[in-house]
Amino acid sequence: MRSDGFLKSLVSFVENGSFREEDYTLSPAQKDALDTDIPENRWLLSVQHSEKPVSARLINWFSHKGVEVFNNLYRIASVFICVTLIGILLSVVSFLPSFGSAENPAVNEVVERYVSKAIQETGTTNAVAGMISAYRGFDTLGEAHVLFVAACSVIVLLRVDPSERKRGRRLNPDRVGGDMDYEPNSDLILRKTAKLLVPLAFIFGLYVILNGTSSPGGGFSGGAIMGAGLILHSVAFGFKRTERFFGDEMYHVIKTACLTVYALLMAYFIYMGANGWDDHVWLGNPGGIISGGLILPINIAVGFEVACTMYCFYALFRKGGL
Amino acid sequence: MPAFLQHLFTNYYETAAIILFGIGFTTLLMHRNLIKKIIGFNFMDSGLYLFLAAKGYIAGRLAPIITDGNADPSKYVNPIPTGLVLTGIVVSVSVTAFLLALTCRLYDRFHTLDLDEITHLVRKERD
Repeated sequence: MRSDGFLKSLVSFVENGSFREEDYTLSPAQKDALDTDIPENRWLLSVQHSEKPVSARLINWFSHKGVEVFNNLYRIASVFICVTLIGILLSVVSFLPSFGSAENPAVNEVVERYVSKAIQETGTTNAVAGMISAYRGFDTLGEAHVLFVAACSVIVLLRVDPSERKRGRRLNPDRVGGDMDYEPNSDLILRKTAKLLVPLAFIFGLYVILNGTSSPGGGFSGGAIMGAGLILHSVAFGFKRTERFFGDEMYHVIKTACLTVYALLMAYFIYMGANGWDDHVWLGNPGGIISGGLILPINIAVGFEVACTMYCFYALFRKGGL
Repeated sequence: MPAFLQHLFTNYYETAAIILFGIGFTTLLMHRNLIKKIIGFNFMDSGLYLFLAAKGYIAGRLAPIITDGNADPSKYVNPIPTGLVLTGIVVSVSVTAFLLALTCRLYDRFHTLDLDEITHLVRKERD
């Protein structure tokens, strides 16, 4: 129904612009009755046979209806683009090698090398950890930097000056009833649960980080668990209590130190030829906690950095600073 | 059943991943609300992870964690896509945080999340 009305108005605008003929059209009798001494009437007579130029009418039409037309065209175009994209991708999927087959081109000699040499060359029983931190360590170093840069840019965008924050200025002063107004909260169920879960989250995060070389996990996942523990602590007990052991300075020190340690370890590895840990470092005991040579310290560094970044995101969005 | 469709059903993980990607892309284009656009973006990410994980799977094989000292590569799935998913997750978390921060700033400035209204207000301010 809406498109019907829209089409009608479109046609009428193209025909007439904003010039409505019925306002100015005179019957022959009226024409004769007009007094031609008055300039307005002379103009009215001259208008009887003239039209606005097409360009003027087009501009007029666009300024009135342009946004609506654009929105409709945009909708049609976006549906068209989405359907086309999905169609193209699905047709590509129909040409892919079949799911779960061992003959896929993705399963090549690179994979064989990563799995069969993982224990000798990297000292890890978890081939994924060996691949991420040793064979493709440079890639993972870049990943850690992506996280660092994201944290920096969020700080630039959202940080409120601490002295102003103490005086009660928030990110958005007009927002009343934001959740900082309920700080610190005194939710008994939340506090009791947090008392139980926060230590568990920290211990489990550390476990995942330390066992990253011999079981699923590693720096990123363990760090995310520890970050969740930190966030839970500050949700339940308030920022003041979290700041006692994890404040602004602490955050900056941990984040920078971890990234520096990681970069230095990677730099050492690349400087030595980037060709297997086994020539330069003691690999440890594959399957145990001390294994994987440099992978264990790298995992610890990454884990703490990720935990800090997760909490940093949360604190910045919630109160504009750590 | 035509071969085209049959293959889509064989590769059902990839098909689902593409559909998820399409849903995300449609959300990204069709919604004016910035938060919904970011949600659409995350949908696209999830589709990508599913696709990568599906490409690495080999039927009947184990996760690439060598438990009994038997490092026979024909026993384990492909570890590379797993690593790529990790990269993808980290980048997606970073980009999402950045986008949300930008959205926060836009909301503080214009008190709306509607992209059209923001554009309108910006144009009004410029004139």
